[in-house]
Amino acid sequence: MKIIVTVKQVPDTSGKVAVNPDGTLDRASMQTIINPDDMNAVEAALQLKDELGCKVIAFTMGPPPAEGMLRELMAMGVDEGVLITAREFGGSDTFATSQIIAAGISHYGIDPDDIILAGRQAIDGDTAQVGPQIAEKLHLPQVTYAGEIHKDGNELTVKRILEDGYMTIKVKTPCMITCIKELNQPRYLSVGGAFEAYSKPLVVMTYETLKDHPLIDKSTIGLAGSPTNILTSFTPPQKGAGMMLEGAGKETTDKLAGILAAKHII
Amino acid sequence: MAFNSADIGAFKNVWVFCEQRQGVMMPTTFELISEGRKLANELGVELCGILLGDNVDGIAPELGKYGADKVYVYNSPLLKDYTTDGYTKVIVEAVEEIKPEILLFGASNIGRDLAPRCAARLHTGLCADCTHLDIDMPNYKGFLTEASTLPAERIEKLGTVMINREPHSVERDLKMTRPAFGGHLMASIICPRFRPAMATVRPGVMKKRECPKTAEIIHPAFNLTAEDIGTEVVETVKAAKKLVDLIGADFIVSVGRGISKDVEKGIELGQALADELGGVLGSSRACVDAGWITADHQVGQTGKTVHPKVYVALGISGAIQHKAGMQESECIIAVNKNENAPIFEVADYGIVGDLFKVVPELIESIRAAKAAK
Repeated sequence: MKIIVTVKQVPDTSGKVAVNPDGTLDRASMQTIINPDDMNAVEAALQLKDELGCKVIAFTMGPPPAEGMLRELMAMGVDEGVLITAREFGGSDTFATSQIIAAGISHYGIDPDDIILAGRQAIDGDTAQVGPQIAEKLHLPQVTYAGEIHKDGNELTVKRILEDGYMTIKVKTPCMITCIKELNQPRYLSVGGAFEAYSKPLVVMTYETLKDHPLIDKSTIGLAGSPTNILTSFTPPQKGAGMMLEGAGKETTDKLAGILAAKHII
Repeated sequence: MAFNSADIGAFKNVWVFCEQRQGVMMPTTFELISEGRKLANELGVELCGILLGDNVDGIAPELGKYGADKVYVYNSPLLKDYTTDGYTKVIVEAVEEIKPEILLFGASNIGRDLAPRCAARLHTGLCADCTHLDIDMPNYKGFLTEASTLPAERIEKLGTVMINREPHSVERDLKMTRPAFGGHLMASIICPRFRPAMATVRPGVMKKRECPKTAEIIHPAFNLTAEDIGTEVVETVKAAKKLVDLIGADFIVSVGRGISKDVEKGIELGQALADELGGVLGSSRACVDAGWITADHQVGQTGKTVHPKVYVALGISGAIQHKAGMQESECIIAVNKNENAPIFEVADYGIVGDLFKVVPELIESIRAAKAAK
C-alpha cells in the first residue's frame, strides 16, 4: 500500500500581489508557497502513514525549482518526491495538466490498495478541476471535499462536506480523495526531518520518460493540447473613492444614519 | 459514428445542469436558467435543462418559468443521491447523443465535483467558477469597458485569436470570465476547438429573471446499473443548525479580525447591528479560521459572493479575497481603526474608529433616524 499526494507550488496570493502592465501576474516578484489545501492532503497522508506504516510519495508538476517544495515535504515525513517537468508540458490547462499527472502516476504504478490524495483546489487558479480529472483519466472513483477520512481495510469512509450539510461516502481503494482545510491541522517540518530530506529519493519525470504513455500525445498536453485558451486577462478597476466621515463620535454615526435615511436605505 | 468533441458544427443548443438535492431544486439552478436563456437568445438556439434524480418530474415545469424550452429528465433510484460516477455517466451519454454546444453547472460542491469529470470524459474545456458569461461581442466589449482597466483600443481590437497558429474568430464562442489569483486578476476563457463549451458558474452572481415558457418535458432512454457506481452513499445529512443565508440577504454586517479584543462582545455587536437593519451576520475568513464563527458566515473568495443593499464591514482590513466577495454590494460601510485598511478603497462610507465604540452609537443613531421618519 502507498499513498500518492499531488501538490502544487503556487504564488502566495494572500499578501500583496504584483501585476504586470499587460495584465499578467508578476510571478518573479512573489513568494511561492505550497498550496494550502495540498498541505491538508499531505497531513492526511502522513497520518495514515503514522497509523499504517505505508509509503507516502509527493507528485508535482512544475519548473525545476519545485524540487525545493518536495524537499520541504520530505522534511515533514514524505518518503519520496516525483517532479514532472518538461518544456512540452508548459501552458497546460486543467485538462492537459491532469492528463500529464495521470500519466506520471500511472507510469509510477498504482496498486489495488493505493490511495491518491489531492488538495481541493490551488489558490492561483481556484479551479478544483485537476483532482477529479486525474481520477477520470486513471478510471478511479473519487470523493471530493473530504472533511474526515477513515480507513478500514481496503475501504475508506469519507465525510464529504456540502454547503448545507454533509454526505458519508464509502469508497474502495484505489481511489482519489480531495481534501479541504477542515480535514486536519498540517504539521510543521522537524529539524531531524530537514537533515534527512536530502537523502530521500527524488524522481524526475521528463517528456522523454512519459512520451510513450498512452495518455501523452502532442494533442493532449501543453498549450496545443489544452481545450481552453485565455482570450484576455485584466485587472478590475478600483471603485471610486467613498466618503470618509471625520471623527468616530456620535455626531458621525448620526450623520451616517441621516444619509442612509435620506437615501431610503433604512 | 463515434462521438467527436472537435466536430463543432454538430453541436447545438444551451444546456443547464439542474441541480436538485432531496427533490428540491437548488436556487442557483434558476439563476443559471436565466443566464442560459440570455446565451440561447444571443445564439438563436433553444435552452434545455438536464435534470437527474429519482421521481423528479414534479420540479421540472418550474424551469419553464425562467425560460427553459425543454427539460431532459432522467429518473432512477440510482440517481436519488448524487454520485460522481452515476451522474457523470448519464450526463456524458446524454451529451454524446444530443450534442449541446454549451453546458453550464452551478459551482456548488456537487457541480465542481461533477463538471470536471464530465469535461475530461468528453474531451472538452471547462472553465471554473465563472462570474460573467457572454456570446454577443458588443455586449462582451461593453462589459470589459465597465469591468476592466483595459484600454479602449485593446478592447475594440478583440475578435480574432491565434489558436495553434491559425486565426480563429471568437464571435460565436462562449466568453467565460472568472477571477484568478484570489481576485487580483480576471480572465476571459474560451473553448474554441471543442464542444460543448463547459462552465461552472459561481452561485449568487447571475440574476434570476422570469421569462415564462411551457417547458417540454422529455424522458430519453438511458443505461445505468449499480455496477457503474464505484462509491456508496451511506447517508446525507442536512446541517441541523439553520445556515445563514448570506446570498439572499439585503443587509449584511460582517465582523473581522478587529473583534479579537473581545470576540464574544464583537460578535454580539455585529449581530445587534444586523438585527437593527433586519439583516444577517457575516464574517471574514480570519474569524472562521480562528474558530470564532462557523464557516457558513464567511464572505469572500472561498466563501460566498454577496451583493446586498448594504454591507457593513466591522474590523475587516479588506483582504483581496474578501473584497472580491462583497465589492458588488450597493452600499458599503466600513468601520476600522486603521485608516489605511484596504477595505476603505471599496467603501462608500468609512469611519476610522474602534468598532466597540462606534457600533453601539451607530445602532442608536439608526434607531433615532428610523423613529424620525
